[in-house]
Amino acid sequence: MEPIYLDNNATTRCDPAVVQAMLPFFTEHFGNASSIHAFGSEVGKALKKARSQVQALLGAEHDSEIIFTSCGTESDSTAILSALKAQPERNTVITTNVEHPAILTLCDWLEKEGYIVHKLKVDKKGRLDIDEYKSLLNDRVAIVSAMWANNETGTIFPVEEMAALAAEKGIMFHTDAVQAVGKIPIDLKSTKIDMLSLSGHKLHAPKGIGVLYLRRGCRFRPLLRGGHQERGRRAGTENSASIVGLGMACELALQKMAIENSEVKRLRDKLEKGILSQITHCFPTGDVANRLPNTSNIAFEYIEGEAILLLLNKLGIAASSGSACTSGSLEPSHVMRAMGIPYTAAHGTIRFSLSVYNTEAEIDRVIAAVPPIIAQLRKLSPYWGEKGPAANPQESFAPTYA
Amino acid sequence: MWEYSDKVREHFFNPRNSGPLEEANGIGDVGSIQCGDALRLMLKVDPDTEIIEDAHFQTFGCGSAIASSSALTEIIKGMTLDQALEVSNQNIADYLDGLPPEKMHCSVMGREALQAAIANYRGEEWSDDHEEGALICKCFAIDAVMIEDVVKANNLNTVEEVTFYTKAGGGCAACHEGIEEILAQVKAERAGPGEVSPPPACPATPEAPKPPAKKLSIVEKIAKIQEVLESVRPMLQRDHGDVELADVQGKKIYVHLKGACSGCMMEAATLGGIQQKMIEALGELVQVLPSSHMPVEA
Repeated sequence: MEPIYLDNNATTRCDPAVVQAMLPFFTEHFGNASSIHAFGSEVGKALKKARSQVQALLGAEHDSEIIFTSCGTESDSTAILSALKAQPERNTVITTNVEHPAILTLCDWLEKEGYIVHKLKVDKKGRLDIDEYKSLLNDRVAIVSAMWANNETGTIFPVEEMAALAAEKGIMFHTDAVQAVGKIPIDLKSTKIDMLSLSGHKLHAPKGIGVLYLRRGCRFRPLLRGGHQERGRRAGTENSASIVGLGMACELALQKMAIENSEVKRLRDKLEKGILSQITHCFPTGDVANRLPNTSNIAFEYIEGEAILLLLNKLGIAASSGSACTSGSLEPSHVMRAMGIPYTAAHGTIRFSLSVYNTEAEIDRVIAAVPPIIAQLRKLSPYWGEKGPAANPQESFAPTYA
Repeated sequence: MWEYSDKVREHFFNPRNSGPLEEANGIGDVGSIQCGDALRLMLKVDPDTEIIEDAHFQTFGCGSAIASSSALTEIIKGMTLDQALEVSNQNIADYLDGLPPEKMHCSVMGREALQAAIANYRGEEWSDDHEEGALICKCFAIDAVMIEDVVKANNLNTVEEVTFYTKAGGGCAACHEGIEEILAQVKAERAGPGEVSPPPACPATPEAPKPPAKKLSIVEKIAKIQEVLESVRPMLQRDHGDVELADVQGKKIYVHLKGACSGCMMEAATLGGIQQKMIEALGELVQVLPSSHMPVEA
């Protein structure tokens, strides 16, 4: 049985064309772009091309605004630490409480170091309160960092509007767009966004390559100092093969943007409708009307996510979960908690994330596979009776301790 | 994904004794939906013999929670209640050929459900001051609550002391930052509001202790060595291991590691911990080595 991969928000397969583009840079074009000889200059030209391919996908005004890094996390850390270092008179960071750990863990550490961090709350659909945001913008804020799209629910934040509000007050704006780039159209030159992070492996490029977009004129302090690579803004010999691969992936993403927003979206909607119509006591999470075209996050009540994943995996279906057990912590996903999803459902959330490689036949197979799995686990659950949830699940199950 | 044993997978995919048990006369409910783990254990006990004739479970939880529940019911069927009370969480984990450290709490939940169900049958109250914190040391599955309690109870100040008392931090050492944070927090609570210095980091090499007033005779030395080994044995036995003295050659102390300790990936950490205690007890720098390192007689 062919495996079905529906975990594209975790990582994606490298497009074969990307791999083909990369291969010569391991062998014949192995030079160091900084070298003066022909070995180096070939690589230098390839990096320039890749930079313009990334520029095109992001709609950046200048190709020098593209800085290659090792991953999304490095780009995030570079952006926030740079803003604090470049503006020592400002000690506050505004972010949201549904960010990726690449932002949240850094912000927790910054708090320990004495900085002030405001985490914006979200409502039960994962939406921000723009009035709360506006009230926090003042001249002590060094940077605002808000994700473009949420990795778990796909919910899209109004980052263009938020960046404009920050710009009015002279505050830098960064967005972690790791999930958004390649899935929704982006045109940075028509926004006030100062910095943006992207990660290659989320859009069919390899792991280990990322980008920090840095608007021309935005004050900057590098994280890594050393050689003059990336105009001295990110030292370290360029990962030329991966940069070439990322360039190719960006070109392909631009070509396939329409498919992503029509065909992929159609399959995602079919999958979600197919599951919701067959199973009771489950619901999609996040801002369903305003989310990435490839993501569906469904909460199944009274059962636990890891158990669902293990049974799906047995049928060759790969998805992911926001349950506590998949992360090794005791708390379910911070995104589900932030939205106030009840515990009865938060532990049973499953994220299906599609790509342009998924087919109609695969989606049909998943729609058929899910209902028996949910029924099987509910049969095992002490919170589930003969025909539905136990009359009052919290009371019928009376633990000695909780 | 977790590395589950084949046995865990098998019990998860084909759980034994799942679903309600109509004739149950002892029911134990533990866990909650908030924690993401909940287990109802149902026992059918013969009132005359106190033998568990049947056991069923219903579990809300992950793969290993369901497998642990299934294993538990298989283990206790046919046992008397007193025998069943002897079943430890380690027995459940062993039955499943082991559980990942992050998942040991699933076996603990199984044991607690068993105690609760037996108490329910006997008409007793069962309570547990169960509290579980964030997992700090993944090598030895020690959580924050346990470290904090031990630090408070024993007035500990260094990562090294925490390792001696709880084993936390004695393996890969990646959690030392987390342990230092707990130490700093407890110290701050102790000192009350005000300036607090960070706890000293674990020294890379143990400091040479002060020389003892009088040099030990070889008999006294061996007696001290035995004393140290006796003190660590209960800790090792808890993990189904053991240690005994093989030989002493100058500054080298050779020991036999037995049971689960033999071939354990944490062997070096275990020996390191014993060595530290030896150095403290003997007042001289000694080396503790596995007996396999003993020079072969010519």
